[in-house]
Amino acid sequence: MAGQTTQLDSKTLWGGKESPFQTSYGKLMMWFFLVSDALTFSGLLVAYGFVRHDTLEAWPIGEETFNSLPFLGHGYPLIYVALMTFILIVSSVTMVLAVEAGHRMDKKGVVKWMIATIIGGFFFLGSQVWEWSHFIHGSEFGRIELADGSEAIVKGHFGEIESFTVVEAGMHHKKGDVIKDDLMHTFQHAAENGQIHEGGMIHLHDGSLAKIKKAHDHDMELTIKYTSEASKRKIGDKIEGKEAEKQYYASLYSGTPKVTYGAKWFEDGEHWLPTKNEYGPQQYAHFFFFITGFHGFHVFSGVLINILILIGAMKGTYHKRGHYEMVEKTGLYWHFVDLVWVFVFTFFYLV
Amino acid sequence: MERDDLIEYSLDTHHSEEQGKQIRSKILKVTVLLTLITVIEVALGAFIKQSSEAWPFVKWTFIVLTLLKAGYIVMVFMHLGDERKWMRNVILIPYALFILYLIFIALWEALAVGDAWSSVAV
Repeated sequence: MAGQTTQLDSKTLWGGKESPFQTSYGKLMMWFFLVSDALTFSGLLVAYGFVRHDTLEAWPIGEETFNSLPFLGHGYPLIYVALMTFILIVSSVTMVLAVEAGHRMDKKGVVKWMIATIIGGFFFLGSQVWEWSHFIHGSEFGRIELADGSEAIVKGHFGEIESFTVVEAGMHHKKGDVIKDDLMHTFQHAAENGQIHEGGMIHLHDGSLAKIKKAHDHDMELTIKYTSEASKRKIGDKIEGKEAEKQYYASLYSGTPKVTYGAKWFEDGEHWLPTKNEYGPQQYAHFFFFITGFHGFHVFSGVLINILILIGAMKGTYHKRGHYEMVEKTGLYWHFVDLVWVFVFTFFYLV
Repeated sequence: MERDDLIEYSLDTHHSEEQGKQIRSKILKVTVLLTLITVIEVALGAFIKQSSEAWPFVKWTFIVLTLLKAGYIVMVFMHLGDERKWMRNVILIPYALFILYLIFIALWEALAVGDAWSSVAV
């Protein structure tokens, strides 16, 4: 069987029977599939590059958009994505160790490292769920349209909302009621609809009017991302401290919708449209969801395939066969998923 | 009837415990390297602003580091470096040619479209 000790000159190699590449059919086909899949991902990333190069609007910057960590809040540029990258690299390493164990016919080793790889895959998927959720819900301040029509993203520490005290009764709440539930959500919803008014008053769903009790914001900084004809501000201009707070709250209290949080679908008459997102041009969010989503789908199917292979390894199917090439082939797919992420990481988050 | 045209090439990749040790230490080295590169990338991205003068240099550094990372993944983790030369070429050359052309044509066109829009917008 393992009798490829014959002379491998070009005549025997290309004369039939022997594979010129000295590789099995399955492995070669996996490589060809990966090349075609790589072309798909390259197409997506090049399309992203196209839109980014021809746009006239300020394109969102990775370290400004992705600077949060779970439980810790803001101010950690790119750390979370770096962590995701690291998780995927580690799971790639455990995969290659499973392949190596397979080459030694070490069944226990294969099973151990496959389990580690699958856990890594689930960790990555979980991280992506958090990231998507964070991207969709947006920051606490949102993106604000200033009085002169220019628009800015906001950084800083958002003072916690403590309560709403009803001052004018509505359908549901009585005068003097103190509301302590679901404050942030209610606040942002009202802000999106222009229902927050001078002096920190909020119009609630049921028509009642309440006074907002909120801690002070700290270190607020506005960065201009869009400038109108009427505005003297330039893209990239910064407004800091007291002046930033003054401008921000003037817009928030203006009684018209001036704030956008995250990337959501908005109701426009009878249609739901992905009309706005906090970070920049519409296409940015489209590409974010499509590219990371398509990659996440690959990770997900990779995890499923890895589970199938793990079952095969545990049952001893490959051991009986005399080699663990199935592990090697799935390994190729799994490494490819890591490879794609390396490029997504650079071109979506870093550059 | 037993077929004699099926050759189990997968058996060629088998190796001994001794060789396994060497391979594992290589894997460990590459892991450390990939992690280091990622740390450098994140530090550059976090500390050097896109508005800074050093940005074009940083951007190209990112691209070079990314290609380096990709090279290690493909050559070591995916064992393409251990395959026969022409298998490597059959996979890499058509892909590289096509993608370099696509990048060139798409970005060039995008810049032209951007120029056209900015002249209309004013």
